[in-house]
Amino acid sequence: MEKTEILASMNKIWRDELDNEAITITESSTANDIEEWDSLSNIQLVVATEKLFKIRFNSAEIAQFKNVGEMIDCIKAKIG
Amino acid sequence: MNQDLSFTQLKKNLKKDFSSLPVLKIALLGDTPTQLLNQAIRGYGYLLGWNIEIWEADFDQIDRQILDPESELYKQSFDFILLFPSAQKLLTKFYKTKKEKKAVFVQSHTAYLQLLINTLFDGAHCKILFMNYAPYDDGVFGSFAAKTRLSFTSNLRAINVALDNLSAEKKDLFIIDVNALQSKAGSKASVSSTVYINNGFVFHLDFLPRIALEICQVIGAVNGKFHKCLIFDLDNTIWGGIVGDDGWQNLQIGDLGIGKAFTQMQLWARQLSMRGIILCICSKNNEDNAKQVFELHPDMILQLSDIAVFVANWETKVQNIHHIQSVLNIGFDSMVFIDDNPFERNMVRAALPQICVPEMPAEPEEYLPFLESLHLFETASISEEDENRTRLYQEEAKRSTLQTAFANEDEFLQSLEMKVEISSFTKYNIPRVAQLTQRSNQFNLRTIRYTEIDIEKISINENYISMAFSLEDIYGDYGLISTVILKKEKENLFIDTWIMSCRVLKRGMEQFVTEQIVAQAKKAGIEKIIGEYLPTQKNGIVKNLLSEMQFVYKENCWQLTVSEFTGIKNYIRLKEKNPQAENG
Repeated sequence: MEKTEILASMNKIWRDELDNEAITITESSTANDIEEWDSLSNIQLVVATEKLFKIRFNSAEIAQFKNVGEMIDCIKAKIG
Repeated sequence: MNQDLSFTQLKKNLKKDFSSLPVLKIALLGDTPTQLLNQAIRGYGYLLGWNIEIWEADFDQIDRQILDPESELYKQSFDFILLFPSAQKLLTKFYKTKKEKKAVFVQSHTAYLQLLINTLFDGAHCKILFMNYAPYDDGVFGSFAAKTRLSFTSNLRAINVALDNLSAEKKDLFIIDVNALQSKAGSKASVSSTVYINNGFVFHLDFLPRIALEICQVIGAVNGKFHKCLIFDLDNTIWGGIVGDDGWQNLQIGDLGIGKAFTQMQLWARQLSMRGIILCICSKNNEDNAKQVFELHPDMILQLSDIAVFVANWETKVQNIHHIQSVLNIGFDSMVFIDDNPFERNMVRAALPQICVPEMPAEPEEYLPFLESLHLFETASISEEDENRTRLYQEEAKRSTLQTAFANEDEFLQSLEMKVEISSFTKYNIPRVAQLTQRSNQFNLRTIRYTEIDIEKISINENYISMAFSLEDIYGDYGLISTVILKKEKENLFIDTWIMSCRVLKRGMEQFVTEQIVAQAKKAGIEKIIGEYLPTQKNGIVKNLLSEMQFVYKENCWQLTVSEFTGIKNYIRLKEKNPQAENG
């Protein structure tokens, strides 16, 4: 799967989980850029992302993501 | 109410307008982070019609808030105080305990919990909801844990028992049985190690809604909102098979095969009845057929004397539940309706949204485990009167008669967006058509039995018109549910066979089929359609079908004149034909 496809799927998750259709994420997006994205909703985002791509992030991976792009790289590595 | 919402859905409820809802104040104290549980509880509260305001103590402050009389907790007033201690923190405490003190850990920890509870009751005059400890097996002693007080596993179990005992003593202390909930869900589904390690939350996001629901149900029970009445469908719900078609002797109940699942369901219902839950029956059946099973089948657990109101007829279930409601004179929101058929469930939900209608699993063997897991009958107290209630209601039922009228039926049927596909007999549907002619006893106008070979012959005989009807609606696909065989006889078209599955009764299907028969007559240039009803023991349901479908009795037979036919109201549309079905 291409990065752009992964990003598009993630954007849907972000909109649904954060309940805001106006959200558009890019590879450089971080929690600072989006009001609804905090440490609590981040748990929702991670769980929903894991479900969609049928993968599991480990604790260290989750703790180290600096932005959406790093998550995408990690997803891409896991789904091949 | 929906028992199966995701955390995301619950959280979306938090944006809704709570302003008109009554406020319920809860203090939430935990020794692990509680924010997610807070959100889930408020989300369910909205669905139950409450604006639940939760005050969360700062992290890990159970002791300080409760034991310090100057704490913020005592500066406010609450309806409930919810205590959420975790097995993980208990484990840490146990591991720090010196070996010689471990032997009395249960006593010392129970004394501590008792101190918390008593102090709260003295200082805060409210009800306490206490989440007991989730199962936690640290594996240090394995199964040997049972033999030693030095094992955490056995200590946790004993502390939960001590909590049960405390709640039995104290009227206003209610246990939220997290232990039971997690046992049912399994630890893999209830705990996420990554979320616990990274964020400290002990429960999985997917399990929190179940706990929140439990908390809301207990709060509801304490506030007088609970289920008092359980309404069962019969066929394929409390026994396997359809009594009208199969006969009571051939129903599946008892020790053999799938029968066991239904027997266990009945045993469970019996226990509920003994506890004071009112059992009712609401079934599409002839009353005599249905009651016969209770009277004659040796494996029936439930007896007619267990049933407060018994309604078996061919009216809609919504209408019949209205009847049950008027007899019992209890709110719809105190009723649970259990039916294997998604159409019936959705119709009842649409018309009576207050009724609890569990979305049943597909397989009968899953019915009971699923129902057990819902804790449908939470209560805050039980009394001896409960047990006599069934008899009182039975007497009331005798006095009352069936009411009619369901104003919304048209609207409901329209909303189903029913579509029917019509096919002639093909190699794909011939086995099912033959089976219908052999097995349908109720909606069967002439009860002529055909083999597959007979049906095949009919399908290629030019004197016959064959139609097989498959129905679908927004809730799903019902498959082939009706079949008609028409025979061309000189000037007339004779209805040789008209069969329909009883599960699609009262949806306008008969009317739709009539229109299609007329259409076929027109196509063949025939002006007169002749129908015949051959009565049997079981097909009383179609006794008046022909007259209801505008047939007129003259010259010793039922006739419909094509040019005079003006259509009959129904909300079913013809679906585009699948070209493949025409082959063969």
